[in-house]
Amino acid sequence: MAEGKIQSGDSVAGKKFQQAEKEWRKQARPERERREPFETISGKKIKDLYTPHDTAELDYLRDLGFPGSYPFTRGVQPNMYRGRLWTMRQFSGFGDAADSNRRYRYLLEQGQTGLSVAFDMPTIMGYDSDHPRSAGEIGRCGVAVDSLEDMEVLFREIPLDQITTSMTINGPAAVLWCFYLANALNRGVALDRVGGTIQNDILKEYTAQKSWIFPPEPSMRLITDIFAFAAKEVPRWNTVSISGYHIREAGSTAVQELAFTLADGFAYVEAGIEAGLDVDDFAPRLSFFFNAHLDFFEEICKYRAARRIWARHMKERYGAKNPRSWMMRFHTQTAGCSLTAQEPENNIVRTALEALAAVLGGTQSLHTNSMDEVLALPTEKAVKIALRSQQVIAYESGVANTADPLAGSYFVEALTGEMEAEAEEYFRRIEALGGVLPAIERGFFQQEIADAAYSYQRAVEKGERIVVGVNRFHTDEPLNMELLKIDPVVEQKQVERLHRLKESRDNIAVAQSLERLTGAAAGSENLIPYIMEAARFYATEGEIVDALKEVFGEYREQPLF
Amino acid sequence: MSEKKIRVLVAKPGLDGHDRGAKVVARALRDAGMEVIYTGLHQTPEQVAEAALQEDVDVVGLSILSGAHLTLVPRVRELLQERGMGEVLLLAGGIIPEEDGAVLKEKGAADAIFTPGASLEGIVHYIREKIAVS
Repeated sequence: MAEGKIQSGDSVAGKKFQQAEKEWRKQARPERERREPFETISGKKIKDLYTPHDTAELDYLRDLGFPGSYPFTRGVQPNMYRGRLWTMRQFSGFGDAADSNRRYRYLLEQGQTGLSVAFDMPTIMGYDSDHPRSAGEIGRCGVAVDSLEDMEVLFREIPLDQITTSMTINGPAAVLWCFYLANALNRGVALDRVGGTIQNDILKEYTAQKSWIFPPEPSMRLITDIFAFAAKEVPRWNTVSISGYHIREAGSTAVQELAFTLADGFAYVEAGIEAGLDVDDFAPRLSFFFNAHLDFFEEICKYRAARRIWARHMKERYGAKNPRSWMMRFHTQTAGCSLTAQEPENNIVRTALEALAAVLGGTQSLHTNSMDEVLALPTEKAVKIALRSQQVIAYESGVANTADPLAGSYFVEALTGEMEAEAEEYFRRIEALGGVLPAIERGFFQQEIADAAYSYQRAVEKGERIVVGVNRFHTDEPLNMELLKIDPVVEQKQVERLHRLKESRDNIAVAQSLERLTGAAAGSENLIPYIMEAARFYATEGEIVDALKEVFGEYREQPLF
Repeated sequence: MSEKKIRVLVAKPGLDGHDRGAKVVARALRDAGMEVIYTGLHQTPEQVAEAALQEDVDVVGLSILSGAHLTLVPRVRELLQERGMGEVLLLAGGIIPEEDGAVLKEKGAADAIFTPGASLEGIVHYIREKIAVS
């Protein structure tokens, strides 16, 4: 037997092994199994038993390696959670900046270790609060941020050089990032001491989350401008959080989430290289964001496969030399789409299981959903239980004691390998369509995701897929849960604040900085310094976005279902 | 007697991009034999009402997951009425708290609300029951 392989006491080719296996096969009678499909939540068939046969081809150093070393299957840190636990980062934001600032400070007091900002829809889509399209949406599913002024309030009394902040913003990511950086500069915090993440993943917007502003080409330019600026000025910032989360929430399978996310990642790498950057200058700051759905082992294997695929492609295909470029670091959020409106307390259990999978899969940071998020934005109480679930996993369950505890499991290694192979098959199909952008234009990802979503829903309706409290073991008890309400006054207050700002700032400086930005957009210079300048004069998000729209135009989707 | 197909406009008014539910429902209604038109994302209430008029639909289904339902649903109803389409069956789906759903129904803005956990079959059944097919 080759050295370095996972071994059984007796060789699988040996007589003793084969005899024992035959004996087992006779006893494990398939006709006595429950009438269940025995497949993952993604519809992947699972065998009744995994044995050394399934890992016979596995080579420890080639395929797993030690934690913290290539190909990082076992994690990105040599000591994993023994060194530092994952960052507990609850995604949060609602109402106006003052409301959200209070929630952030509450979460930090409760032991949360990083911040994650949810913006409202107008902010996400690049509209100011006084735009007619913003009516009814302000502060509803996130916090309203119109300008640097709102950003100042949002982070009041929060030390920007100690806390890292993740911002879920994509189309206008450059603008919100500049608000954040300008706020740091105004507070005397140097940019090389500021850390955090902007999602800034426009590709999955076209395929899954559907919050876009500009067409793909100028959007990709803004992203490579951010790469270049961050590499020089903000070295601790994660410039893209390449996201599978939304792909999964839109209905994809686990393998589709894995494959489409990594394909997007490769597209950003190629864009950076095409823009003339050295891959090792920006790749270490690329980070990922995955879903943690209910199928426990499938999720764990997805994370392990993701790390291995990324490392292999970065090293072998893109020639990256810095080990940090090979390393996939990722954030995880439990699956919003797995929560049920019926008997919402059950969601606490779902979320805890999902969080455990994320931890066993080696996540770097984690958001746990609150039980009531299927009904409304979460209450303080619900958020606290969600955070406590992470703390129980971290401090009571013992799973953080050793790195990658499931490695070497016949099942886990087999499934990790199968998911890697299936993802590679998707890469070939995407390549055959001409790459990610042409595949988006042809609706390839959109159709794959819509098909998977529909077939999942049909399976639930037919009772083939059991959802506890919904299509099995349910009661008709009325819902008894207090929900968070957003005061409608928020909208009016926000619009008034915005109008006061527009009256009090230096409007000539604003207009000139916006003109310079439009001019730069028509050329090929890096746009970040221009956006930063406008931000520091208190130009609003909508004004900055409009200045770019003049040159870039807007994206329109061909709707399909 | 020839059966006229029920015509449904599935629309995403407002700014949120969550179209999983809208697409699944659109497909289920089509599979149930209805004529389905899907507007795509980020529609203004005016665009939705105009599409309903152009397509001469019997049913308008609005999918909203951004929390803007109390603004958007009544506005679409109003614009439909202005276009002489007061009789259209108006359904809303998404993250709509029970209390808000009751308000929308009471005002006559929505005929029915379908929230998370609603079944596709239930939606199809409701539409068939409400629309007399001749």
